[in-house]
Amino acid sequence: MEFFLQLLVNGLSLGFLYALSALGFVMIFKSSSVLNFAHGELMAIGAFIFLALSAWAGLPILLAFVFTMIGSFTLGFILEKFFLRPLIGEALIQVIMLTLGLALMFRGLLLFIFGGDIHDYPDFLPEALTIQWGAINIPSVYVAAFIIGILFLILFGLFFKYSSQGIYMRSVADNQPAALSLGVHVRRVFALSWAIAGLVCAISGIVLGIINGINVHELSSIGLKVFPVVILGGLDSIGGAILGGIIIGLLESFTGGYISTSLREIIPYIVLIFILMVKPYGLFGLVEIERV
Amino acid sequence: MEGNVRLLINNISVVYSDVIQVLKGVSLTIREGQIVSLLGSNGAGKTTTLKAISGLLKPENGRVTEGSIEYDGKAVQNSSPEEITRKGIIQVLEGRQEFKYLTVEENLRVGTATRWGKPYQKDLDLVYHYFPALLARKRAMAGYCSGGELQMLVIGRALMAHPMLLLLDEPSLGLAPLLVKEIFQIIKRINEEQAATLMVVEQNANMALQIAHYGYVMENGKIVMENSAQELRENPDVKEFYLGTAASGTLKSYKDVKAYKRRKRWL
Repeated sequence: MEFFLQLLVNGLSLGFLYALSALGFVMIFKSSSVLNFAHGELMAIGAFIFLALSAWAGLPILLAFVFTMIGSFTLGFILEKFFLRPLIGEALIQVIMLTLGLALMFRGLLLFIFGGDIHDYPDFLPEALTIQWGAINIPSVYVAAFIIGILFLILFGLFFKYSSQGIYMRSVADNQPAALSLGVHVRRVFALSWAIAGLVCAISGIVLGIINGINVHELSSIGLKVFPVVILGGLDSIGGAILGGIIIGLLESFTGGYISTSLREIIPYIVLIFILMVKPYGLFGLVEIERV
Repeated sequence: MEGNVRLLINNISVVYSDVIQVLKGVSLTIREGQIVSLLGSNGAGKTTTLKAISGLLKPENGRVTEGSIEYDGKAVQNSSPEEITRKGIIQVLEGRQEFKYLTVEENLRVGTATRWGKPYQKDLDLVYHYFPALLARKRAMAGYCSGGELQMLVIGRALMAHPMLLLLDEPSLGLAPLLVKEIFQIIKRINEEQAATLMVVEQNANMALQIAHYGYVMENGKIVMENSAQELRENPDVKEFYLGTAASGTLKSYKDVKAYKRRKRWL
């Protein structure tokens, strides 16, 4: 029973992180129909910026975190403005090749600057975060992942539900010509969704970096897991991305705990193939509202 | 009533994808406080004219190649929709382009995009005052609303933007006759109470000419007739071709229909 609870909490924390990063992926896809293959690299960039600021530049942790957030937000903005915008209206394949190219470029740059070794953050999580409940021992990283994941998911949920800018973003995803006719700044919405994607990728990249250590290859392969997550949830559903993330996180954790740790890494892709076979639009893929 | 000129379209040509010419020299004038209706059959270029004004040609790869569109004396042809909407020109698209997955109230809030960050509660109240049906449905997902509610919704949404010039594309499309009447009465009220200038594109010439002050008739990308709505209503050609009543008011025989086809080409 303790073992089960332990796995449950680990899986949930992991799941919230996947959900958070998938949120960025889905937002870009929803607003501009772009599949971002540089997702894992955005996570790695966030993790490395934080590493450089906290460990090497020696900034206080909180300040380093805030600067990383600002930096990755700006990076997303710049990516959209200089790389994606000229391709608006081009065929899907061009856009995919572009994001693939960006992914390889970033990976190369990160390898060039930071090398292929596994780096570690200085230990900054307070011991008080560790939860000790009889035989259950949840390391502080997982508690932090849990809190950060939930906090940002709620924040973004409120942003999309109630803020005007969030509603404009949803309107663009819903009906672009109509949004244009009302003066919604569609290009700004695209840029904003890339910026937010950069931000959430950085957050989940940092926390995953704390859990697994920071390594370019590691983080970009975790980035690939966004595909099983969003395909399980439905490519264009933010709620689906969150649930998909949690399911994949739990699945990984339980598979690793009860079956085999080597199966753990591939279980998401088995789910991916299975979902594509039986429910290609995912759990919450768009159910078109049809009026007759 | 002779107000100031709000919008002046001067001999514009519109070309899609650099080769398909749709408008061939359209000129028209909209004066402040007027309702101007633009009539014509399918494919005459009415919607393209509206899109040329609102800047929505651009995403469809269309361009104003000749002539000019002046709004309050400033040239606005080929500006982006973001700029044009911020000048106060709002187009209500044809066919009720609601945001399906947003609630009614959220749909209305998208109308505040041109003045982001300003308070909007008063405008919401105003829209609910004109369209009480929307108030009852404000938390419903727009995709599940009826056609009539949606038409009210998209007009209300445009009102949220404080339009100086409101362009309505076929507000009567697919609505029951009684509902059409209601919508047009509200359009008229908006014109009178909000001092908004309106341009209405319609197939339902009868309704449109009842509320309009001035009318234009388009065919094949050209304006073929213009006059005050009063005069147009009494014009025998308009009566036959658009209002559907022959000069005598009786049903037409097949022979007459053929004759009218021939005559229409000359119009």
